[in-house]
Amino acid sequence: MKQRPVLRVSSKFLIAPILLFALYVQFHGDFGPGGGFQAGVIFASAFILYAIIFGVSNARKVMPAWLTRILLSTGVLIYGGTGLACVLMGGAYLDYGVLLHDPVHGQELGIMLIEFGVGTTVSSAMITIFFNFAGQD
Amino acid sequence: MISSNLPALQIVIPLLSAPICVILRDRRIVWAFAQLITLFAFGCAVALTVQVLQTGPISYEIGNWQAPWGIEYRIDLLNAFMLIIVSAIGAITMPYARVSVAKEIPQERIYLFYTMYLLSMTGLLGIAITGDAFNLFVFLEISALSSYVLISLGEDRRALTAAYRYLVMGTLGATFYIIGVGLMYMMTGTLNMADLVGRLPGVAHTTTILAALAFITCGVSLKLALFPLHLWLPNAYAFAPSVVTVFLAATATKVSVYVLLRVFFTIFGGVDLFIDSHLADILMALALVGMFTMSAVAIYQKNLKRMLAFSSVAQIGYMVLGISFVSVLGLTGTIIHLFNHALMKGALFMALGCIVFRTGSVDIKDMAGMGRRMPVTMAAFVVAGLSMIGVPLTVGFVSKWYLVLAALEQDAWWIALLVLLSSLLAVVYIWRVIEVAYFRPVPEGAPPIKEAPLSMLLPMWLLTGGAVFFGVHSTLTVDIARAAATFLLGDRQ
Repeated sequence: MKQRPVLRVSSKFLIAPILLFALYVQFHGDFGPGGGFQAGVIFASAFILYAIIFGVSNARKVMPAWLTRILLSTGVLIYGGTGLACVLMGGAYLDYGVLLHDPVHGQELGIMLIEFGVGTTVSSAMITIFFNFAGQD
Repeated sequence: MISSNLPALQIVIPLLSAPICVILRDRRIVWAFAQLITLFAFGCAVALTVQVLQTGPISYEIGNWQAPWGIEYRIDLLNAFMLIIVSAIGAITMPYARVSVAKEIPQERIYLFYTMYLLSMTGLLGIAITGDAFNLFVFLEISALSSYVLISLGEDRRALTAAYRYLVMGTLGATFYIIGVGLMYMMTGTLNMADLVGRLPGVAHTTTILAALAFITCGVSLKLALFPLHLWLPNAYAFAPSVVTVFLAATATKVSVYVLLRVFFTIFGGVDLFIDSHLADILMALALVGMFTMSAVAIYQKNLKRMLAFSSVAQIGYMVLGISFVSVLGLTGTIIHLFNHALMKGALFMALGCIVFRTGSVDIKDMAGMGRRMPVTMAAFVVAGLSMIGVPLTVGFVSKWYLVLAALEQDAWWIALLVLLSSLLAVVYIWRVIEVAYFRPVPEGAPPIKEAPLSMLLPMWLLTGGAVFFGVHSTLTVDIARAAATFLLGDRQ
């Protein structure tokens, strides 16, 4: 891709807004359309775009395999851990109402946390899948 | 706090321990961790069973969302029994797994094995515990996807095609199941099993519900490898790593039989569709044909793992036969055979795993003189094999006894005769191995081999001992099975 300056420059322009938009979708999920899954896919698409334009090995430097592996697991653990926190605070599993003293705020916090877990796992899963396929010769 | 949340912890702890295994990575730490978790799951299952025996069915609402809308975990005697089977086999296989897995799976993939093992166990436990027809599908997929990975970890390259074939068939099965659930949802507007029971009678005469029952039966039959939908099973069991074969053979198909029981007698418990549509007759015919043809095919297998896999398909015939009687005795036979078959097939596959560990082969021609080369392992094979045949004082006899009683109760003496005749085929395929192992000399120049390590022998003998113990003291398991069967049939008896 070295001989295609337009693609290189424009993709560099795009990557930052894509990441920002992913975070917007992530944290706006409880008010409007969006949520962890969509945000995760959009977030991963920034890395995938970078890997397409600048090569998988360069992208791997930012997102090495050990990091995606840990992020993959952490996302699930955030989700399940939120559920277990509800149990520890005296509610049923995933009963966010007990997380804060006010049930409505508790529900909001709970859904934010698990959506964050979903986003983490989905984005790292997307990145892992793409890197693995693209890395094959 | 803990005791009231046991149903959730039963699933969540194994589920969350799977990603933790990925983070831990070191094979020794991961093994110890997985062992701890499987023991915890077993403890959980026992505690739940005690609770069910004391207070009757338990209902648990995930996230405190009320039952028909939210997901409900509902545990009665039948699920509690299934939870015990799955988690007990899961915990007993773990000590066996350490050395066997270290030998059969490349070192850098061992942590993946334990991750997938825990996920598979989570899925199977989840299928058993849930009271929601859609949630059941989710767990069906969790257990299936992880078992595809487990099977593909086998050393032989054919493990990959076997796993792929299982993936295609398993996905078909799951899709059929979900189509059936979708049709029921369309007619009743609910996915909760207890709620479906009340709403199905109103729409039971429609073709849609009949189609739903047909789709679910076909889908689940694919999963449980009912003849003639068993084609994925023999290779999957034969080429998977030994530990995976032990675990899947002892649990996966059993849980699918449980799903059949649940669908026929709980969800469709309020309507007579199961009988009116002649489904019971169809299942009985398939079960009988499967018992004979698959036992006969098992006789001609050279690979012993494949032989036992075909024997498993035949044994599934016995379980489905029990269902097709639609009587307390028949269902008792089925439910008790779930447990008994898990014990004896687990022990048999563990014995083969020990032989693979030392010789690397399960071909019948390499078994010559094995009775002298690995006496402790072969002794377990003989005892578990006798149980497979149905010799008195073993669990195999108890299951067949109840099946024969159920057949005689309905004056179907010819079915009772067929059950006994098919046992003779089991004599042939088990005796074939015993003959080669004990009455052929050790081949000249064969390298001396040691007995399998103690960590593999103990779990194997635990299962073998169980096969004898519960064969002699059968009242404990029979009482639970009979109570579960009575509960399932409810007022239909």
